[in-house]
Amino acid sequence: MTAAIAPARRLGLTGGLRNSFTLTWRSLLKIPTNMEDLFSLSLTPIMYLLLFTYVFGGAISGSTHKYLQFSLPGILVLTVVLATMGTGMMLNADITTGVFDRFRSLPIARWAPLAGAILGDAIRYVISIAVTLGFGFILGFRIEANPLAAAMGCLLLLVFALAMCWFSALIGVVMRAPQAVQGFGYLLMFPIVFGSDLLVPVSSMPGWLQAFAKVNPVTYLTDAERALFIGGPAATPVIRSLLCALGIFVVFAPLAVTFYRRRT
Amino acid sequence: MRGLAAGWQRAVRDLTAPPVTMGGMEDVTNAIEARGLVKRFGKTTALAGVDLTARTGTVLGLLGPNGAGKTTAVRILATLLSPDAGEARVCGYDTGRDAHQVRQLIGLTGQYASVDEGLSGTNNLIMIGRLLGIGRRETRARAAELLARFELSDAAGRRAKTYSGGMRRRLDLAASLVGRPRVLFLDEPTTGLDPHSRNEVWAMIRQMVADGTTVLLTTQYLEEADQLAHDIAVIDRGEVIATGTPDELKARAGGQVLEVTPADRADVAAVAELLETRTGGRPEISAESGTVSAAVEDGKLLPEIVRELDLRAIELAEFALRKASLDEVFLALTASRPEAAPAETAAAAAAELDRSAS
Repeated sequence: MTAAIAPARRLGLTGGLRNSFTLTWRSLLKIPTNMEDLFSLSLTPIMYLLLFTYVFGGAISGSTHKYLQFSLPGILVLTVVLATMGTGMMLNADITTGVFDRFRSLPIARWAPLAGAILGDAIRYVISIAVTLGFGFILGFRIEANPLAAAMGCLLLLVFALAMCWFSALIGVVMRAPQAVQGFGYLLMFPIVFGSDLLVPVSSMPGWLQAFAKVNPVTYLTDAERALFIGGPAATPVIRSLLCALGIFVVFAPLAVTFYRRRT
Repeated sequence: MRGLAAGWQRAVRDLTAPPVTMGGMEDVTNAIEARGLVKRFGKTTALAGVDLTARTGTVLGLLGPNGAGKTTAVRILATLLSPDAGEARVCGYDTGRDAHQVRQLIGLTGQYASVDEGLSGTNNLIMIGRLLGIGRRETRARAAELLARFELSDAAGRRAKTYSGGMRRRLDLAASLVGRPRVLFLDEPTTGLDPHSRNEVWAMIRQMVADGTTVLLTTQYLEEADQLAHDIAVIDRGEVIATGTPDELKARAGGQVLEVTPADRADVAAVAELLETRTGGRPEISAESGTVSAAVEDGKLLPEIVRELDLRAIELAEFALRKASLDEVFLALTASRPEAAPAETAAAAAAELDRSAS
């Protein structure tokens, strides 16, 4: 009988990781049952590809195929980075429905509910990446670098997304309602995502915007993805992207956990 | 087998009283002890120095109107909030410093059923079991056992989203029991339930207490506190305004009530007149049942009244002395308190609602 055992004083890192994996399992169980999420997750990249390729393609690159080769790595970044907002919204829903109250009354690591949700979200990004690449191939996109580099490109996207999730999680635990998370999140994300060379070359922008775009982590990531999928020097943008991911994680993960713990 | 072993262990523990203290931290007489709890939210004071004590193995009823501070008190005791002043202990462990230990000993069922709607009943319970570090196979067995006990076996594989309010509440209760908690916090466990579901929840609470669990129950319903609680703390506007057993509280509200029902309706007026002259108060007459009731301060009056009734040859259907109901107590207690500014109480109520909703 558990009650006869004196309670343990603390929970180690392995205990916390075990808690997180249990909560990852919980997130994964819910993916097939949440049809709306699956729908928007797979239809959004398809819409981006069709719109950007056929609306902008001719104007920007002179041909839709040339533009697709340029924009697809950017659309991968766009899809995955915007999809991280889902993490904040789902966390917020867990908080507002009281599910997190139960978690907080359990003897589990304080960061486990956030880490578990974020790990569970990784599968959502894998779906996004797969749909974008698959539909891109149908439209005529071809990988020009070697397949191993392209695989590394997918992995890098995943790593960056998992870091960005903590930023989304912070918004999720600070905001009062899921709708506010969505509204506020997109308001912050749009300039960061589009103020980059994600869809157009930086050279066409005014000077002040170029200055911003050149230090924007999204630009580093897009450059890295282009290099890994199409070819070109990859080392610098990949290292910069990884450093940005690390920086985002180091800043936002503790903030998210702190605000989550403080939330009453 | 497990239940049997647990039963034996309990029996042995009970026989070897006084119970052993564990690690010098265990307070075996009072599973819950709170001293001077203060909690403010901005300008509103949710708790203004609350003391609470729950004896191990009993039910403490925390009774009060909406916005009185009940939920805030529970959230502090369940380690979800830290108080601005005062301290709280659960089984001897401080809810702040030893929060991790406290969490291993408690179960919490909130005012709003906090089950994961996207998961099935079974998976909700398995998730909790796994988080508590219970083995895979044991968790599965425990989930099945609890679902059966709460009559949810038929819906075990269905997502909680499809459950009715009563079913959700039962699942929530089951979730708080997965870890066999020693102390259970139930925040308005029957609010919004139909009478049938409410009775089921009551039966389950009684069962848990019989198994040795200490329960802190908040409720707005006097009947619920009367039915379940060994001790009651009446809380109003962040303060405990009365404590005692249900009987003590009833006795405090002005003694007892004599109820006399004559066999013949024609005698009602005569009985009323007799009670009025003897007790000095105006008796109440129930037109429906023909029962005449009057408050009695002095028990010595009863033989006189019986003799007089006999003398007048009034035949009786019923003659009963009962304690004042908790409703009467509650009204007496809250009515005698000076009114706070209405805006302040409304704000406190709103703050409380807001918190429980988030």
